[in-house]
Amino acid sequence: MSDYILEMKQITKEFPGVKALDNVNFKVKRGEIHCLVGENGAGKSTLMKVLSGVYPYGTYSGDIMYNGEVQKFKQISDSESKGIVIIYQELALVQELSLYENIFFGHEILKGRSIDWNETIVRATEMLKKVKLKADPSMKVKDLGVGNQQLVEIAKALSKDVKLLILDEPTASLNEDDSQNLLNLIRELKEQGVTCIMISHKLREITAIADTITVLRDGSTICSLDATERRIEEAEIIKHMVGREMDNIYPKREKREFGDIALELKDWSVFDPIKNREILHKVNVNVRKGEIVGIQGLMGAGRTELAMSIFGNPTGYKLTGGELYLDGKEVHFRNPKEAIKKGLAYVTEDRKGNGLILMQDIRYNTTIANLEALVQGLAINENEEIKVANSYKDSINIKAPSIEQKVGNLSGGNQQKVQIAKWMFAQPKVLILDEPTRGIDVGAKYEIYSLMNKLVAEGMSIIMISSELPEVLGMSDRLYVMSEGSITGEMLVEDATEEKVMAMAVKS
Amino acid sequence: MGNKKQNVGLVREIITMAKTNIRDYMMYITLVCIMLFFAIQTDGGFLQARNITNLINQAGYVAVMAIGMTVILIIVHIDLSVGYVAGFCGAVAAILMTKYNVNEWIAILIVLGLGLLIGLYQGLLVTKVGVPAFVTTLAGMFIFRGLLNLSLQKTGTIIIPNKGFNALSNGFIPDLPIDVGFHMVTMIIAVVLVGILIFTQTKNRKNKLKYDFEVPSTPIFVFKLVAMSAIILGIMWVLASNQGVPWTAVIVGVVLVVYNYMLNKTKLGRAIYGIGGNAQAAELSGINVKRVTLFAFCSVSVMAALGGVLYTSRLQSATPTAGTAFEMDAIASSYIGGVAVSGGVGRVTNTIIGALVIMSLTNGMNLMGIDISYQYMVKGIIFIIAVAFDVRTRKK
Repeated sequence: MSDYILEMKQITKEFPGVKALDNVNFKVKRGEIHCLVGENGAGKSTLMKVLSGVYPYGTYSGDIMYNGEVQKFKQISDSESKGIVIIYQELALVQELSLYENIFFGHEILKGRSIDWNETIVRATEMLKKVKLKADPSMKVKDLGVGNQQLVEIAKALSKDVKLLILDEPTASLNEDDSQNLLNLIRELKEQGVTCIMISHKLREITAIADTITVLRDGSTICSLDATERRIEEAEIIKHMVGREMDNIYPKREKREFGDIALELKDWSVFDPIKNREILHKVNVNVRKGEIVGIQGLMGAGRTELAMSIFGNPTGYKLTGGELYLDGKEVHFRNPKEAIKKGLAYVTEDRKGNGLILMQDIRYNTTIANLEALVQGLAINENEEIKVANSYKDSINIKAPSIEQKVGNLSGGNQQKVQIAKWMFAQPKVLILDEPTRGIDVGAKYEIYSLMNKLVAEGMSIIMISSELPEVLGMSDRLYVMSEGSITGEMLVEDATEEKVMAMAVKS
Repeated sequence: MGNKKQNVGLVREIITMAKTNIRDYMMYITLVCIMLFFAIQTDGGFLQARNITNLINQAGYVAVMAIGMTVILIIVHIDLSVGYVAGFCGAVAAILMTKYNVNEWIAILIVLGLGLLIGLYQGLLVTKVGVPAFVTTLAGMFIFRGLLNLSLQKTGTIIIPNKGFNALSNGFIPDLPIDVGFHMVTMIIAVVLVGILIFTQTKNRKNKLKYDFEVPSTPIFVFKLVAMSAIILGIMWVLASNQGVPWTAVIVGVVLVVYNYMLNKTKLGRAIYGIGGNAQAAELSGINVKRVTLFAFCSVSVMAALGGVLYTSRLQSATPTAGTAFEMDAIASSYIGGVAVSGGVGRVTNTIIGALVIMSLTNGMNLMGIDISYQYMVKGIIFIIAVAFDVRTRKK
């Protein structure tokens, strides 16, 4: 049976000054896995928000046909009552509550007027079994890893008797294993008759799982590709996404000449007093001038912890052993400020959470890490500051009306560029990039990669932490693989293959 | 035709300006409305030169405490202890001057130093030990209230004889020895202020134009300048026709200029806004969050001590009830002045307007003879309306 469970017709949604969706048509067949792709800002999330009722009926034009009937959702609960459930990238679980409380949060099982906890636990256990999560339903969500939390979200959706499940970048923060696990689960749900819409940036996953792929660009539907008839190649999707052929995602570097060792870690061990365990064990890493070193590892391998502990250790881990050398001299940092002074810079994984000050403008964020360079007497030389911010905005192509634009209003790619501008202005010797292209569209990715190449050509050293294998293989000169707080492998990129790296990443 | 087009553009600009700055404008409008209301209710008594002078003297201690509070609130902390810190510091100053015959200026310095110590104590508890500011300063409320009572237990209210000290909140700047029918120096200051205003604003605008930033069109810019100059000249003229600029106004003015400069022009100011916006990101950008937080606690306690000095000077005596509910006025002034409840946003210049709103309410209702119970309720209602409005407009 190939009838449509969902037909969105001529959907147009306008925000002040922007047409986010322009006559979008989007059809989903019953029982398929339908992937929605597009650059950031293409309108994917907006379309899903229209569907789920976040943007209520009347604020958009066009029709939503669900099971052949026109729907007028006024709020999320309207769409949920019809079996449409959306799971956002930022999970909506209450960390301090148990799994079973979370699964039935908002649609509690009642006996009379009070909650029937026994029944809740029984049903929650069933749901957890369905998503293949072996966990005690009474444990707290915060004690689960991100991957398993994602499963709890799906269990929650199942408990609502979901017919159409929408996943917004479900694997963005998952490691390879958890991603595979999740994708398998989605396939199983499909067998059980659940239709699934998945928004994703990870083209490899999409080509592996999708029955249909719809590409959005600039608020319009570009095409719908049927992946059941023939195999859709990644290059084809990319071509539709950006509207141009992109034969090389990773720009080539001309010369690769490495200088002396810029940063070296020897037997670096770190203990986390909160988790009460050693999170890094005798890590040995070095990077030379002009070199890009990749650190690949699955989520939880200790990559971000490594970066934080080097970068002045603001999280308050206990450094239990080992030495850190910069240009051959041993250094100790009490806080990030000292690390920055000695020529370290750290582009964080979570640019909104701890990278940028969103309510401030581009100018503020660009100069914040190196205001010393702008201070004359007591005051900041604002003219000079404006010049600096403008020159970075132009040179690395930050798309914004002016440097007085608040960073919170920029797209992910442009936010990331502001973060990089900030650290370029601080003129570091060693730049640590933590998941530099997460949640960023293909075009901006390419620009950031090119920028990295330019920086190392100027003699900077880059440590790139990433969970995306192709990126690590495409950009690094040399790479380390981490697993459970230890380095499990080191190799030149010429010797590396995806299989080899993965094998080391799962080694314990 | 061309003229008409220009007018349309002007109207549109005014509308967009009103929309983007509605928060600030509402505050000015509220202040003007409150002042007009009381002026009508008191048959003009509220706006008489003597009462305006009075209002400034009364608002002074709240204003300096609110300025200190603004910084604390921007970094998303709070200080509940400022009231009793002020009361206690005032009492210490009185005891130093009367019992130990300490020179009044030295006494003031000692008391400001005491404020600094109190700030260090509370700041270290927050930054090093990790006790939340709310709890630390709530405990401070108990402690300093106790100390205030203890220090005045034997003597009761202490009357302060020192003329210089009492002049701080009751005296005026000196005048030239020529009689022109009004306070000459006051008007000279007024003209200088207007000069500075026009010079800095024009320079600022030129600078912005140089970088192609958006600036208000010339007519609006000129109108703003003229309006602001008129307000300055008007207020100063009223003061000049009485006894001139009160010392309180000078002190508040200096504190305001220093804090405004610090917040807008220095690294420290950037750090304060950064911490308020996102403390983690600030830390990772090389800001020493703990040190800046410690500074904010020291600054608010020093301002509380200064507020205590001004209040004690105003009453010309130290009493055990001094300081009661000052923290409420200081916090309300900051929030009415547009400090965001979520932190990261706020200007000390607007906090002064907030303090004026609060103190106009107090002063006006006192003139009308309204019972203190109603006064509290009215202030509470205005406060919550201001914050509710703030939260709503920020959401957009």
